[in-house]
Amino acid sequence: MASPRVFDPTVVSHHAISSSRVGEVKFTLDGREVTAEAGEFLIAAAERAGVFIPRFCYHPRMKPVGMCRMCLVEVSGPRGATLQPACYIPVGEGMEVVTTSEKVRKAQDGVLEFLLVNHPLDCPVCDKGGECPLQDQTFAYGPGESRFVEEKRHWSKPIALSELVLLDRERCIQCGRCVRFALEIAGEAQIDFLGRGDQVEVNIFEDHSFTSYFSGNTIQICPVGALTSTPYRFGARPWDLEQVESTCTLCAFGCRAAVQSSANRVTRLIGIDSDPVNQSWLCDKGRFGYEAVNSEDRLTEPLVRRRGEGDREDLEPASWSEAISIVADRLSKILEEHGPPSIGVVGGARLSNEDAYAWAKLAKSIIGTDSVDAQLADGLRAEAVLGLPRATIDEACAARCVVVLSGDLREELPVLFLRLRGAVVEKGLRLIEVTPRPTALTPYATASILCRPGESARMVRALANGAVRPDSSVVSEDVWASALGALAGEGSAGGAQPTGDSGSAGGAGDAGGIVVVLGRPSLAEAGDLVVEAATSMAEAWPNALFLPALRRGNVMGALDMGLAPGILPGRVSLDDGRGWFTESWGSVPDGRGEGSSGILSSLAAGTMKALVLLGADPLGDFPDFKLAEEALENADFVVAVESFLSPSSECADVVLPAATVHERQGTTTNIEGRITRLGQKMVPPGQCRPDWMIAAELASALGGDLGFSTVAEIWDEIEKVAPSHAGITRAALDRPAARDGIVAPLVAFPVSIGRKDAPLRFDPMATPGIVAVEVQGAPLRAGQGGWEDGANGANGANGNGAQGRALPATSARPRTIAWPQAFEPVHVPSADSYSLRLVAPRKLYDDGVTIGACDSLVALSSSALLQVNRHDLDRIGVSSGEKVRLRSSRTSLEIEVLADDSIPRATAVVGFNLDAGDVPGAASLIDVTQPVVDVRMETL
Amino acid sequence: MALTEAPRILTSRIEQEDSHSLERYLATGGYAGLRKALSMTPEEVAAEVDAVSLLGRGGAGFPAGRKWSMLRQAPTTYLVVNGDESEPATFKDHLLLERDPHQLVEGCVICAYAIGAARVFLYVRGEFALGLERVQQAVNEAYSHGALGRDIFGSGFSLDLVVHPGAGAYICGEETALLESLEGKRGFPRIKPPYFPASIGLYGEPTVVNNVETLSNLPWVLVNGSEAFSKLGEGRSTGTRLFALSGHVKRPGVYEVEMVKTTFRDLVYAPLLGGGIPGGRDLKAFIPGGASAPWFGPDQIDLPLGQDEVAAQGSMLGSGSVIVMDSSTCVVRAAWRITRFFWRESCGQCTPCREGSGWLEKILRRIEDGRGREGDVDLLMDVCDNLAPGVSWPPQQTTICVLGPSIPSSIASGIRMFRDEFLVHVKDGRCPFG
Repeated sequence: MASPRVFDPTVVSHHAISSSRVGEVKFTLDGREVTAEAGEFLIAAAERAGVFIPRFCYHPRMKPVGMCRMCLVEVSGPRGATLQPACYIPVGEGMEVVTTSEKVRKAQDGVLEFLLVNHPLDCPVCDKGGECPLQDQTFAYGPGESRFVEEKRHWSKPIALSELVLLDRERCIQCGRCVRFALEIAGEAQIDFLGRGDQVEVNIFEDHSFTSYFSGNTIQICPVGALTSTPYRFGARPWDLEQVESTCTLCAFGCRAAVQSSANRVTRLIGIDSDPVNQSWLCDKGRFGYEAVNSEDRLTEPLVRRRGEGDREDLEPASWSEAISIVADRLSKILEEHGPPSIGVVGGARLSNEDAYAWAKLAKSIIGTDSVDAQLADGLRAEAVLGLPRATIDEACAARCVVVLSGDLREELPVLFLRLRGAVVEKGLRLIEVTPRPTALTPYATASILCRPGESARMVRALANGAVRPDSSVVSEDVWASALGALAGEGSAGGAQPTGDSGSAGGAGDAGGIVVVLGRPSLAEAGDLVVEAATSMAEAWPNALFLPALRRGNVMGALDMGLAPGILPGRVSLDDGRGWFTESWGSVPDGRGEGSSGILSSLAAGTMKALVLLGADPLGDFPDFKLAEEALENADFVVAVESFLSPSSECADVVLPAATVHERQGTTTNIEGRITRLGQKMVPPGQCRPDWMIAAELASALGGDLGFSTVAEIWDEIEKVAPSHAGITRAALDRPAARDGIVAPLVAFPVSIGRKDAPLRFDPMATPGIVAVEVQGAPLRAGQGGWEDGANGANGANGNGAQGRALPATSARPRTIAWPQAFEPVHVPSADSYSLRLVAPRKLYDDGVTIGACDSLVALSSSALLQVNRHDLDRIGVSSGEKVRLRSSRTSLEIEVLADDSIPRATAVVGFNLDAGDVPGAASLIDVTQPVVDVRMETL
Repeated sequence: MALTEAPRILTSRIEQEDSHSLERYLATGGYAGLRKALSMTPEEVAAEVDAVSLLGRGGAGFPAGRKWSMLRQAPTTYLVVNGDESEPATFKDHLLLERDPHQLVEGCVICAYAIGAARVFLYVRGEFALGLERVQQAVNEAYSHGALGRDIFGSGFSLDLVVHPGAGAYICGEETALLESLEGKRGFPRIKPPYFPASIGLYGEPTVVNNVETLSNLPWVLVNGSEAFSKLGEGRSTGTRLFALSGHVKRPGVYEVEMVKTTFRDLVYAPLLGGGIPGGRDLKAFIPGGASAPWFGPDQIDLPLGQDEVAAQGSMLGSGSVIVMDSSTCVVRAAWRITRFFWRESCGQCTPCREGSGWLEKILRRIEDGRGREGDVDLLMDVCDNLAPGVSWPPQQTTICVLGPSIPSSIASGIRMFRDEFLVHVKDGRCPFG
């Protein structure tokens, strides 16, 4: 059997039809004159004109293939009227198209009869029944009965294509949507057609599974019940589902999705075609991560540590009032004895914007500590994230050149990977990556600049200044030259130079400029090294834009809301916002506090006393396991606001159960600063409460008052006090035009929603499954409760009509943070020749709490492996697959090693948040106080 | 041996034991056409070929000269040779590949020179083991002889030729499926537009796809000139053509005859050609141009072997395969055998062909097996109509390529000519031919 096809992005698809669109053309559609864009496909032009042409294989986000023949219409041409497939015939001037003639009707009838020849018609037991395009279109266009009387084709059914996707080949109508998705959109041809004629089947290749992180999309776009998911299979009937439009928050990309539920359990997520964001796709973690919401392991009541039998202290259920009063008492006492700086708050990226604002206000105003950090030393300094000029995702995809300095985006922000890959393949985007090891984007990069941890800043500075290739580089002259060429605009329009060369600013900033995707290539390398590199780029290319590639759910919203040291809501620094927020809030902290590393270090050293964990699990998810362990051991008091009992919350003194995604209202913010509405579909289990409510109760128990009692009131306050959010009122967010959200800061009103020819939302075939539910189930709601109390004025920054307290009267609205700022470069020690420099990248499926609570995903995470260049293995005489000892300044551990020659020599790659045996892999080795981590590999 | 005085253009050396060797080829005037071509400009060579009406011998009969002239101007141009001869009863390229591979190689080089191609891909049906071996040997010999490779015969023109074996799919004879297959992909015919590989072909570059027999004519045309070629035949159908004659004839085989001047009767009955029907039985029907062509009856046996002449009667000369069916033939069985072939070879891309072929096969089989139902004949015709609306010739298409719309040919012909025989099968519940 053949091996999977290797997709070569340099080979142009010959099925592609020129999509150059110049001007408009007029054509006749069923006797009516209609205008279309030149080059537009007939099926899309007709749909915009209100004529739905039935189809199966056509998908507006993929290239047409004309396979199913369902869209045949009569087109008059030089040879008279002939049947032509509307999905790939471009509209021509003066074309006469008839979609309802007897000839068309017979063709549609014929195709549907053919499709049903071998279709099992097992609709009563099929998941798709009730939302099935084959079913629907047979009713609308097909024959009443089949004349086929022979035995149908049989296959064993279903077969597992992967842990998540099952295939029933009898139901398959060979439209190729799944096969094309895998090849065209995901770039992973793991499924393909096998066989010939009516024995054609979709299948995986022998010894290969459909392991793509995007496999679930094939289920969403399957127009029959051939592809089903293990989590949803036989779980519900479509007409029993209710749904709400929401945003996935399992990473920070902000994919829009319809959340569907039945009997207060989330049953399914369907990607919504949000043109500027996910364009209907979801990753499998986002699609199936809802299992965590339904999990039996959810916390449902407050827990407090009590002395149990003997001397053991156990977490035992308590009432909310008891738990809150314990927390208030303990915190008050610590405040009294040690002052506000003795309390640290870690986490918050799991929260909604409103939750984050409430917690920021509680921490910074009522408790008075600035040691608050939503990032767990896995992100970037908040000033840089908030201060660098921001690109949107669309701007990145349309850039002259994108520089990716981040982790493997397919692992961290999977749909961003899809968007960038698509831009490279379809639009010729030039992409340069600077990375310590090859990533999923490497095959698509114009230049992939490999550099050892700690060297990226130097490398980027040389690149930004158009300098010669650094001597020590493992990068070839060719790669270096093509990177410089791409930055200079070679091979694309524009051709602007970095200022270092010509003195004239590049075209960056407009659609043709340079966009830098900025994240963390490795958690074993200090984030400030990336910030240093970004600073170099911002200085060399003053018009470059930056797209943060931070991955935690709502980390961008949390930073916007002030859950970071030295930051106040609205992207304002503590110093700049002191007057404004003192007037709004009553008080702000005196001085800058610590970030997560500083908080944990201070707790370990005993200089801080109490820790509040907001959905954070330092023991599992902080790069330095030893430091986290010492901090939690030494802390006098730990309170965890959590949905699950994580390793860290198990150590807490009080655990407060929080509502989670799909159970709360509010908004979330993605990497580009796009604020979208979260839909509440579920009632939180047990006594879980939204995080903002917990903050409000705690504030009150501490003798303060946050000043709001609904989510809506919180947003109104954010809109008023947070400078970056001025003008983004609830009413604005409720507008249909803001369905894709609003990017903060608001620069133009009204917001636009993507391009004119964007596929119709909820097109029954673009996102099958949605319309049927919408028609038969409950209507789609944007949200419920909280938001309905009065529409706000949407005109202007002051949001007149907003309730709550008035704007500060005397202070001026503070300016927002700008970057570059004066910045101390990080000193990277040189490595000795026996050491390997550690790279700790993120994996999509890790040992994190969410994956662990998803029955279908938990098996997909692997244990930690060490990957090194074969050369380094040979040096110690060990073979690939054997175990070695890996020693850092922190500890040593035994780990299986794999040779991977794509990794530069003297580099050791160990995936983060994966266990090696029964200890954390990378986190055991990392010392966050060091800029890089050097390890020794030894034989056992 | 032809009935007319026409010379043998394609088969002049095939009776020789060593006809495939370079030695024999050179001894019989081989590579003279190429030397002549190289002494001319590419434009002159193209003009020479365009001056004759060399209709493509692969099936569609598109004039070669015109095909070349449609090439999009681009730095890279490819010549692809279609040697994936796979239709039942079509076996004339098979002969050329095995018995005169140098003639083909020479034709390829002449064509590549004329169109400015730097690379030729010769796609040969994988089952032609001997043909592949002989062609590859000829290519190797041509390289060492200087007729391929760098600076051919000192002319400054360089060309590489790659022999690529097919993997057993009939559909890869469809030119766009062949290109996909060459590119290493599944052999799915490409959607049209773009209509011609001449604009977007192999690897997206302009490509000429010609048949083995078409190109094998070129050495003779270059040596003898376009006028000599044009004198043969009549109208658009000039030159000679190979016909693969099979079925109920005494002497099945490949015959080179002058076009138009020869008739189907000559082909079937002439003593030096088909030699007549064995046992003196009557002619029942014959297929003039391969399995996808509509059938003719005894009335049309005197039609000349000309492309337009056959087209005017509602069929095609197609791939040059003539299948004779005598009075002992069961037409239901014949239609079923042909339909079964197309069912097995449908690529599965388009719904009507994928599902229609199998359905038609099942209906025909049940009629032939005596399990036919009342109304089956009408059902057959209606399913055919859903595959090729109107069931006319040339067929209207509901599919990407013409494989699907060709399936109704044999069924519709059988029913049109022998409806009663179908009905008797159904009525009696058995095949009258046993």
